[in-house]
This record gives sequence, C-alpha cells and structure tokens, in this order.
Amino acid sequence: MIKTLQRSLLALGLVFAGHALADEVKVAVAANFTAPIQAIAPAFEKATGHKLVASFGATGQIYAQIKNGAPFDVFLSADDSTPAKLESEGDIAPGSRFTYAIGSLVLWSADTDYLDGTDKALKAGQFKHLSIANPKAAPYGLAATQVLDKLGLSDAVKSKLVEGQNITQAHQFVSTGNAELGFVALSQVYKDGKVSSGSAWIVPDDMYDPIKQDAVILKQGANNPAAAALVEYLKGPEAAKVIKSFGYKL
Amino acid sequence: MPLSKSDLDAILLTLELASLTTVLLLIIGTPIALWLARTDSWLKRPVGAVVALPLVLPPTVIGFYLLVSMGPNGFFGQLTQSLGLGTFTFTFTGLVIGSIFYSLPFVVQPLQNAFEAIGRGPLEAAATLRANPWDTFFSVVLPLARPGFITAAILSFAHTVGEFGVVLMIGGNIPGKTQVVSVQIYNHVETMNYAQAHWLAGGMVAFSFLVLLTLYSGRSSRMRAL
Repeated sequence: MIKTLQRSLLALGLVFAGHALADEVKVAVAANFTAPIQAIAPAFEKATGHKLVASFGATGQIYAQIKNGAPFDVFLSADDSTPAKLESEGDIAPGSRFTYAIGSLVLWSADTDYLDGTDKALKAGQFKHLSIANPKAAPYGLAATQVLDKLGLSDAVKSKLVEGQNITQAHQFVSTGNAELGFVALSQVYKDGKVSSGSAWIVPDDMYDPIKQDAVILKQGANNPAAAALVEYLKGPEAAKVIKSFGYKL
Repeated sequence: MPLSKSDLDAILLTLELASLTTVLLLIIGTPIALWLARTDSWLKRPVGAVVALPLVLPPTVIGFYLLVSMGPNGFFGQLTQSLGLGTFTFTFTGLVIGSIFYSLPFVVQPLQNAFEAIGRGPLEAAATLRANPWDTFFSVVLPLARPGFITAAILSFAHTVGEFGVVLMIGGNIPGKTQVVSVQIYNHVETMNYAQAHWLAGGMVAFSFLVLLTLYSGRSSRMRAL
C-alpha cells in the first residue's frame, strides 16, 4: 500500500517535472491589450513551443501585484511610466524595457448611428453618461481627460462622467448601453483596419499625450527562456502585423 | 488629517447606503420571512433557495445581471424608463437596489429562524383571545422575534458596508453618488496610495470586528436570559 503510494507520488513528481521543462511564460497584460495578446498567443506558442499564460488588469493594479510578489515573468503595461518606475526600483531584468505598441484613443458608441466620425455628438452633449477609464489608474482614462480639456468640455461633462476601473470596464459600460458613449482603446473596437461595431470618432493623435506602451521582463522572468522568446517575438514582424491590425502604431 | 475629503465623502455615502438598505430590507424581508416560516406550500423550498442565492453567487454575477437588466436595453431599465424614472445604473438608487438583492438572505434567514422559533402556540393563544392578524403581529410576533430583528439589522448593515463587487459593476465610481469605501480602497491601491488605503482598510477591519463582537455579545446575553 505504502509502496503504491510512493510510486504514484514519484509518478506525479515526474509529471510535474515534465511540465516545468516545457517553458511557460506568465504575462501580466494591461487590459487594452487583451484582444491582441489573445491573437498573438497561439502563433507565439506554435512558433516557439513555449506556453503563454496571460493575466489581465489595470496597469496600476498589476503594478501593486508585482510589488507584492505576483509571479509574472513579463509585464505589458498600458503606459511607459509604470515600467520605468519598476526599472528604477530594481524589479526588472536590466535593459529589458522597450515600447511594444503606441495606443490610440477612440470615442465609441454601441449605437451605429450615434457618432459620425467626428466629435459632434460629444460637443452637443445630448447624452446622460460618458464612460472613461479611471484617469488615475489607467493611461487611456488620462488621455480621455486630456481630450476633454482640449475641447473645453471638462466642466460640461463632469456630472455625466462614469468611470470604469480599467479600460475593459469603461468599454463594458458602453457596450451594455448604460453609457451612450465612452473613450476606450481603439484596440477594443477595431479589427482588420476598421471599427468593427457601433460608431466611433478616432481621436486625432495631437489631442493627447502619446500612449507609449512599454513592456519589461520582470526579475522573476530574467532567467526564463520563454520570457526572452516572447519579448523577441513581440519585436518581430508577425507580432507587429497583429498589433497594427488592432489600431496600434509602432 | 490622514483621510481626504473624498474618503470622508465615501464613508458618509457608505453609511447612508447601508442604513437605507437595512431599513428597506427589514420592511421587505419581514413578510418574506413570515411566509417562509409559516407556509407548507411546495414553493417554500424554491423561494428559500432564491433568497439564499446571493450567499453563494459571486457579487460579479449579481452586478453583471443588474448592469444588463437595469440598462436602457434591459427589462428593468425599459420599465423604469417607461415610468419616466430614467435608468438606475450609476445612481445611488441603483446601488440601493443592488444592495437589497445582495443582502437579502442576511435579513430573511435570521428573521425566518426567529419566526419559526416562536412556533404556533403563542399565535393560537392570541387567536383565541380574538386578536386580529395585525394585532398578533405587533403584540406577539414582533416582541418575541426581537433578537432576530436585531441580528438581521446588524448583518444587513455590515454586509452592505462590505459590498464591493456589485458596486464596482454598476456604480461607475462617481464621488458622492456611487464611490463607497470599498471602491475607494480599491482606487487607492490601484493608484499606489497605500497609506490612504491603510487608513480606510484598517477602519473597515476595526468596524467589522466591532459589529461582530456586538452581535456575539448580544447573542450570549440573550442566551443567558433564556
């Protein structure tokens, strides 16, 4: 009996050891990059044989998790300041920080007739709720407030603003119709070169500070070949094609 | 001052939400609990199960369905719009409705237990003395079920103060309207204001401990009284 138990434990140990040999990269991904990483993951796994496990959240929330020992190898941030902060605090593999995408902001409505490709409906103000991501935690939320400032609408829409805790939730408020329109990441509503549902105004670049999205290999992933492979893959042409197809610039 | 104005606003709002929810829940929960305690209907078990659902469902499930159903395209949202009330997502009223669902079992179950413990004896005695049902309720049931009401009120209040997932899903983080303490703590953590988060979170721990302590001390002294 005991022998059987020992044998099965040994077998179990071997199975786990086998898993550890097939390298796995755990990636913390800013919410706006959810769709692109899901498109990239299978291609990456096929090309390299490594396994990619993604967790999604707001950049600030992921930062807090990393600082408290979350087991991530790579972090794809929605900004460049959080990875820079991690770098200055010695939490990343030295020299691993790079820009993997530049985000675009879009004003979006689930209603196909609400927006006509301009800011007319936003200026008209005939809506009850305008959804944005929490500007203190999410870079796309900050960009949204910059656009409102530039248009001189900050005070006019103040009482109509609703905040999602991250860009996914800001999008959810709009897609469920609870907010007539909202500022979301272009990647959330863009596929193969066009806005794939509802109606939108793609905000001109010069109305907000560039949303430079940086990636880093975290200390935990410094010796993980799969982490290095993922970063190489993200810098390569196949990933670039996917990233651009979601409306990011490079 | 360790707490900012928005923290204090969030505390006030939370207390307001919890108080209003508790009062409404005692009014709504009493008839449900009375019925559950008395009925022999086949509906007893299904209704009991529905009331208990929030105990096991993740708040995100309740929040998600509230978001969809209270929205302009949802059943409840269309009803409130046709009544000229607008939609309730992102409003304090919406949070009260959400909290009522979320805390319902914490009121109904203690009340149901209290009513069941009274049994039929006192009610039949009241009936032989020709007390009408209202009279019986206020003169017999209510005083006898008092410990149940106290437990229900405390649990409902505390549970609503601790609500997070539902508010997060339907609130929209609006200061003074839907930004309650639990969401404010999340905001502080997300924006790396750990000191601020500690003050609020520590306050919540102390508050919850005191509530439970009150509840358990009250319970043991009631036991002694028996």
